[in-house]
Amino acid sequence: MAFSRRIVLHFPRRLVNRPIVYRLIRDFNLEFNILKASVTPDEEGLMVLELKGKQEDYEKGIEYLTKAGVRIQPLSRNVIRNEERCTHCGACITICPTGAFKLDFVTREVKFCDEKCLACGLCIKACPPRAMELHF
Amino acid sequence: MAKTIEEINEKIKAGKAVVVTADEVIDLVKQKGAKKVAQEVDVVTTGTFGPMCSSGAYLNIGHSKPRIKLGGGRVYLNDVPAYAAFAAIDIYLGANALPDDDPRNRVYPGEFNYGGGHVIEELVGGKDIRLIATAYGTDCYPRKKLETWINIKDINEAVLFNFRNAYQNYNVAANTSNKTLYTYMGVLKPNLGNINYSTTGQLSPLLNDPYYKTIGIGTKIFLGGGTGFITWQGTQHNPDVPRSENGVPKRGAGAIAVIGDLKQMSPRWLVGTSMLGYGCTITVGIGVPIPILSEEILAYTTVTDDEIFAAVIDYGGAYQNLQPGIIGEVNYGQLRSGRVVVQGKEVPTASLSSYPRAVEIATILKEWILSGKFWLTQPVVPLPGIDSGIILKPLNERPIEE
Ligand code: SF4
Ligand code: SF4
Repeated sequence: MAFSRRIVLHFPRRLVNRPIVYRLIRDFNLEFNILKASVTPDEEGLMVLELKGKQEDYEKGIEYLTKAGVRIQPLSRNVIRNEERCTHCGACITICPTGAFKLDFVTREVKFCDEKCLACGLCIKACPPRAMELHF
Repeated sequence: MAKTIEEINEKIKAGKAVVVTADEVIDLVKQKGAKKVAQEVDVVTTGTFGPMCSSGAYLNIGHSKPRIKLGGGRVYLNDVPAYAAFAAIDIYLGANALPDDDPRNRVYPGEFNYGGGHVIEELVGGKDIRLIATAYGTDCYPRKKLETWINIKDINEAVLFNFRNAYQNYNVAANTSNKTLYTYMGVLKPNLGNINYSTTGQLSPLLNDPYYKTIGIGTKIFLGGGTGFITWQGTQHNPDVPRSENGVPKRGAGAIAVIGDLKQMSPRWLVGTSMLGYGCTITVGIGVPIPILSEEILAYTTVTDDEIFAAVIDYGGAYQNLQPGIIGEVNYGQLRSGRVVVQGKEVPTASLSSYPRAVEIATILKEWILSGKFWLTQPVVPLPGIDSGIILKPLNERPIEE
């Protein structure tokens, strides 16, 4: 189970309602986490997945998705918080579209849950002391 | 039982003073009652840590050989212009200064990655700063060009001097327009998408002494990690605003001007700050001790977030045109819960100042007092109060006709 990847899937309109992701588990033995799923205004489906499994199964799964007409992008950018610079103000909380920043109501510190981060980059410039960093 | 500041200082010297922070005192009074706490506690410490634009530092860099007169010339520190309009080698660097070639908002929203606040942070952190200056040259100061590294440990003076800090309450910012706004109150999403607020509420210095009964000119404070003093009321100090029954202003009201030796301070408490689409500034740490001279003064320090109200202001048009734009009133308890209801809509909230860091400041100040290294001062003059006759005036703009 060592192998895991985060990918962004773009579904064309004709595939939005088909059980494509389901087949990844059934036929390719892959585990997945849905990090984000939405349908854009022009009705393209967008899904960010974390896939886990054997590398060969992963590669077969990707091949299947590509053949089915799904466009795949790796999510290779990584957003990291520079703990030295973060002042725990909280300005990022309402900026992040996926709710990756959580306020601890007891300590009032801001927790960064990077497993929820989609690397959209919105918080990078909205953070006043620039504590959020984009790494490639 | 009334105490005096001298009596409290005697106790500090003897290591017997009782000091608590402005959030600790709330529970303490709930447990023990106000009478007992007013007798037992000598000092309540407060704190705030947020972006404060009217801040800057003046430096005396020492005379070069041959001499140069910077006053009337141009000076840059790490490419950020400093104000050179004094004697030969005194300069002032403002937190909002930007390099001449910064694109500002030409690429909208501007990023404002580096400015005066960042130079101050690096200077305080002991980094070498590149100084480039030109001057016109005089008989006594012949030199016209200077390019050198400077370091805070080598220059004669480095003094933080901020003329409006630690606002007593402030606007809560919202945006009812249909476009994202990039403001000094952070990014405001359209159609009431979010709300930003800025004070540390029940921990904030002037909200714990609403009528300035103990805080005044000459009050010794925690400033940027060192000690400093209140030198004056802040610009736009405006005490006569609507207040709650507990005396706490419901709008932006008082402010303080502060000064302190930059050489004692630390970059942890002076952080260069970039407000997207707005500009550069600096996040400043300030803590003010409040001597518990009476039960009345104690009562002011027990104010809780739920009892501090602020106006929600619409930055989607009203603010720009100097209209009130008040679209709601909320308290800090509600703001801190993460959501408030404004115009019938539930809106997520975020803070621009750091509550955990403000707690840390109040705690450091408490420890300084307990260890006897910080004592209290009697203010020379109180800050102007609600009877001072101060009225905040808009600009009286008059066209210039030749
Ligand atoms: S906006 Fe930046 S400094 Fe403030 S809590 Fe978020 S990451 Fe930390
Ligand atoms: S990069 Fe985007 S998704 Fe990730 S934490 Fe920042 S705002 Fe949230």
